Amino acid sequence: MQLKKMTPRRLWILAGYAAAAAALFSAPMFVSDFRLNLLAKFLAFAIVALGLDLIWGYTGILSLGHGIFFGLGAYAMAMYLKLEAGGGKLPDFMGWSGLKELPLFWQPFGSFGFAAAAGIALPAILALVLGYFTFRNRIRGVYFTILTQALVIITTTLLIGQQAFTGGTNGVTGYSEVLGFPLGSPDTKRALYWITVAALIVIFLFCRFIVGSRFGKVLRAIRDGENRVRFIGYNPAIYQMVIFAISAGIAGMAGMLFVLHVGIISPSMLGIVPSIEMVLWVAIGGRGTLVGAALGAILMNWAKSEFSTAYPEGWTLFMGLLFVIVVVFMPKGVAGLIGQINFRKKRREPNHEGVRNPAV
Amino acid sequence: MKKRLFYQLGLMSVALSLVLAGCGGNNAPASTNEATDAPSESANAGTSAGGEIKVGILHSQSGTMAISEVSVIDAEMMAIEEINAAGGVLGKKIVPVLEDGASDWPTFAEKARKLISEDKVATVFGGWTSASRKAMKPVFEELNGLLWYPVQYEGLEASPNIFYTGATTNQQIVPSVTWLLENRGKKFYLLGSDYVFPRTANLIIKEQLKAEGGELVGEEYTPLGHTDYSTIISKIKEADPDVVYNTLNGDSNVAFFKQLKDAGITAQDLTTLSVSVAEEEIRGIGVDVLEGHLAAWNYYQTTETPTNKTFVENYKKKYGDDRVTADPIEAGYTAVYLWAAAVEKAGSTDVAKVKEAAKELEWEAPEGKVKIDGETQHLYKTVRIGEVQADGQFKELWNSGEAVKPDPYLKGYEWAASIQPTE
Repeated sequence: MQLKKMTPRRLWILAGYAAAAAALFSAPMFVSDFRLNLLAKFLAFAIVALGLDLIWGYTGILSLGHGIFFGLGAYAMAMYLKLEAGGGKLPDFMGWSGLKELPLFWQPFGSFGFAAAAGIALPAILALVLGYFTFRNRIRGVYFTILTQALVIITTTLLIGQQAFTGGTNGVTGYSEVLGFPLGSPDTKRALYWITVAALIVIFLFCRFIVGSRFGKVLRAIRDGENRVRFIGYNPAIYQMVIFAISAGIAGMAGMLFVLHVGIISPSMLGIVPSIEMVLWVAIGGRGTLVGAALGAILMNWAKSEFSTAYPEGWTLFMGLLFVIVVVFMPKGVAGLIGQINFRKKRREPNHEGVRNPAV
Repeated sequence: MKKRLFYQLGLMSVALSLVLAGCGGNNAPASTNEATDAPSESANAGTSAGGEIKVGILHSQSGTMAISEVSVIDAEMMAIEEINAAGGVLGKKIVPVLEDGASDWPTFAEKARKLISEDKVATVFGGWTSASRKAMKPVFEELNGLLWYPVQYEGLEASPNIFYTGATTNQQIVPSVTWLLENRGKKFYLLGSDYVFPRTANLIIKEQLKAEGGELVGEEYTPLGHTDYSTIISKIKEADPDVVYNTLNGDSNVAFFKQLKDAGITAQDLTTLSVSVAEEEIRGIGVDVLEGHLAAWNYYQTTETPTNKTFVENYKKKYGDDRVTADPIEAGYTAVYLWAAAVEKAGSTDVAKVKEAAKELEWEAPEGKVKIDGETQHLYKTVRIGEVQADGQFKELWNSGEAVKPDPYLKGYEWAASIQPTE
């Protein structure tokens, strides 16, 4: 991907990206408001998948706890929206849970700037802390994955138990406006959609930048042989902590966008199942390819939405079937499929984005 | 070099085709809409078209809540069939559009949005958990849709876009607590699952106990799906309450009542009153462990009204002799009939007109006469306390005699002042 290789091939790729971006940006012209809202949600999920791919596909850390980071971002935005909707009044669920005044930690979330910053910073800091205690102590592989699951259970239990402060299982819903723009109006929705597309593109480019940088090379080296990297003189723990925090921050950002589109966040969205689902998107799309991860998220959620509408009674079976087909016939995911087709031809081509050493 | 180009281009094309598929998915239902619209000559204004009126049915058909909600779907489908067989509404056939809420609250919001804005349904019957209702509420308010919610709940809500056909607190919890205080004793132990309904219900009960001379001797919450109640049962033994007021939900009831029986505590030793155990749950928990325990509802399969006899007969004929009817099933069935009656009266499916026509509308439901309260859009309902019998049915011990006016915010109760939302 160096500049000197500015060949026709690279031009074609750029043209492809430009066409995809143009298609996404112009979607509001072709798609109904409802579909646009769905697509926006899928794109928010694609952003999580990009972040997950950074740690799983490129660094070999499997996190089954990304729902928490997604949820933290979502709750930060939801708290702002709830306060905005209340117009200075106590959020409804606090009233019926017996609270008389706004808890201290809710107060700064009245500011959009604070909420937006917290939505990215909180997940990143939590990831940094978790990473500090695990990676530094060389806890990795399955053990790390189990820890992330434990963290999911702790977080959801806490959210459900502290109904007065978090809205309990109901979660936080019932918003009216963001920065003075009514959330219900089609114009606001379209603007939010474009913001999501822009965010996806920025995150995508950011991830590409990381992957292509020297930092990214070290990450892949850690994935393929952590001990060797350590012997060479790097400290893998620092790299893992940083990339884990970046990935968490990206998930938090996606969570904020999700809340703006969907209008509700509840503990069920950051439980064990959604956390595993997020990893599935990446697996299905193609681990270790950024385009694949994003596509996987969009494809799986689109399929979920379509199947459940077409077969409300049996759609879960179709989803299961889809998983089986992908796992059996496309071990490298949808993105890997194209690679598989060209496999014979590209024998000598080093597959520099492919995954050689699955972490778990 | 060239191969990588193919690879990358291939990915692009997948991306593009996905976006296109998204658009395609949008066009497809639109064109089927036109197809159904085409034969109609006089398309009614708004949501109805030709010989059909589309309604949405949005319950969980997968996930943890499916086991409860599927029966409500059955009842609603039966009501739609009956109305269609009798000539439909405004001479048109009701066509149900089913969607799966999948026991997931954001999914409920998404599907509600889809039903209103894509399928253009005239109304939606749906929801079970409070969380699903809270998730759908902003969608119905934003798009000015109409939702019929069939389950008893914790009150403190009255959305202009929702009709509540289940009980609010003053039609189930509050009168049952009063009855218990008068008949079974003053010492209450509150046991519930850890979510919004039990916590809110217990908040109300605690205030009521203070005001009506009861005594709180214990309060416990367990996570949904919790199955080990040995510690709690010893705590109950120690506290020695007169009444255990049970707001556990789902599987936890199985564990709690089995372990209660294993600990040698029967309904004769200790009164329990449940608000989430109906005929369906008795089948699941087992009548041997539940016999003699109490529940508070507005309807039992055994409720003696002329409408109920045929309702139960038809339900069993359609879905099997082993099936039972229960309060939320009846409330879902009632919702469909009330909506149809309101549409007939309004002469239109327009939301504002239907709401206007629904005010003070009366209907002979299986539970007895119900009336829509125009102000809160809840129903006047008769309160019934029942005792589980050996055959898995309830014997009614007490009823309120007349349908109680709904009071979701408990404005009629002085002691409830602290619970009401701050204005």
